Amino acid sequence: MQWLADPANSKPLGLLILFVTFCLIVLWVYGGKKRGRRLEEHKNIPFLDDDDMKDKPNG
Amino acid sequence: MSTSVAAASEQYDYDIIKKFSVMAIVWAVVGMSVGVYIASELAWPFLNFDSPYISFGRFRPVHTSAVIFGFGGSALFATSYYVVQRTCQARLWAPGLATFTFWGWQAIIVLAAVSYVLGYSQGREYAEMEWPIDILIELVWVSYLAVFVGTIMQRKQPHIYVANWFYLGFILATALLHTFNNIAVPVDLFSMKSYSLFSGTQDAMTQWWYGHNSVGFFLTAAFLGMMYYFVPKHAGRPVYSYRLSIVHFWALCFMYMWVGTHHLHWTALPDWASTLGATFSIMLLLPSWGGMINGIMTLSGAWDKLRTDPIMRFMIVALSFYGMSTFEGPLMSLKDVNALSHYTDWTVGHVHSGALGWVAMISFGSLYHMVPRLWKTEMYSIRLINAHFWLATIGVLLYITAMWISGITQGLMWRAFDDFGNLQYSFIESVEAMHPFYAMRAIGGMFFLTGMCLMAINVYVTIRRGVRAATVDRVVVAAA
Repeated sequence: MQWLADPANSKPLGLLILFVTFCLIVLWVYGGKKRGRRLEEHKNIPFLDDDDMKDKPNG
Repeated sequence: MSTSVAAASEQYDYDIIKKFSVMAIVWAVVGMSVGVYIASELAWPFLNFDSPYISFGRFRPVHTSAVIFGFGGSALFATSYYVVQRTCQARLWAPGLATFTFWGWQAIIVLAAVSYVLGYSQGREYAEMEWPIDILIELVWVSYLAVFVGTIMQRKQPHIYVANWFYLGFILATALLHTFNNIAVPVDLFSMKSYSLFSGTQDAMTQWWYGHNSVGFFLTAAFLGMMYYFVPKHAGRPVYSYRLSIVHFWALCFMYMWVGTHHLHWTALPDWASTLGATFSIMLLLPSWGGMINGIMTLSGAWDKLRTDPIMRFMIVALSFYGMSTFEGPLMSLKDVNALSHYTDWTVGHVHSGALGWVAMISFGSLYHMVPRLWKTEMYSIRLINAHFWLATIGVLLYITAMWISGITQGLMWRAFDDFGNLQYSFIESVEAMHPFYAMRAIGGMFFLTGMCLMAINVYVTIRRGVRAATVDRVVVAAA
């Protein structure tokens, strides 16, 4: 606990934890083909709820 | 995934979005007019008219608050309430609280502007509001968070679309930044004056932790939320890579908080801290460009829209400016470049390439997409949108070119030595050298403001037509 209370130890440890977490997120996102396909499906969410108006070039 | 069946205008709460959209345009005209005026004061100082109330020092925060918080903030409230409802397929949670965010936010901008003109300022950049206004901001912001999270919690769509992640990241980060940057002790309960809890270098570091993360979360992450909904929606094609958008979001969240110290190179701040800020700034180039490419590639296979659709043009040019300013930022964070650029007009040019080129243009594109849908009509004039686009583009280019030349000239003149080791130029000589570029910058601002006025007219007529058509519809229904 005393080791953690020293900013000289806790700061690099915090950085390491954040860096590893970020790497895990990237691995999770690009890790599996099936998961990738499922994630990419979410890109269609804005189109599930279409307007009364068509998307014409003039808005 | 669930799909919506009811008409959008009946299913969602559009009233609050309409109010914020109108006020975004009002504040844009007001804020940019003040911006043009203070730019003109620098070029033609007689415009100060020896009055403290309209002097550059008091008008400058009126300009920044009106455009960032008035225009940008209102545009973000409007688009986030629109996007969260439509992508969650749920009505806004606590509409009464949402109405409070509207009136509270408008009161904040008016009170801030009046207090600056009367000479009240904390002297903290982009956070000049004195403590009573800061408390009001805190209340409005927590209400905003509650409405946004409440709406997400009652969603019918199982997945939370990525645009909402960006909006939520922006709301949470801004709450943190505002709270810690404004911890202060009032002189007296009935006095506007207060003093910061921090002092010296710590105070400077707190201010730039706030300052740069306001750029990172208020002016970048939030407008990326706007981009991730309105670019695909307007293009009629889904975003190029959803997985890239996820990595873009987390990379910004992990990295932005570290970079504020690059504003304090060559100061009393320990060298390692500003070097760390510069290192993270360089690393930020990767997610920023990944996001920009993701946005631009959304148009892949439909590039012809750029020829025919000025709204699409606004969005793609905005993304180009996002790419350009996120390249320029890391470059300026390098210590050697910063030694030349800091305290010069180069910084002002950099900020405006992001603020006008990215933030304003993506907001214009999104508002042009949203306004006809809110009032169930079509935009009054496409030619006016086109004219707005070219006036805005020419205005930004004039502005940033003038500031690049002026800034680099300033930097070079300030560091020039003669053979005897004395400064080669006096300060006034550098001011004289900048004068033509100050005039050029003011003219660039006039172009941008003229385009903004065209937008205001176009939107006003569009809304009037929409309201009239709705009234006729109601009369016909009542008669039948």
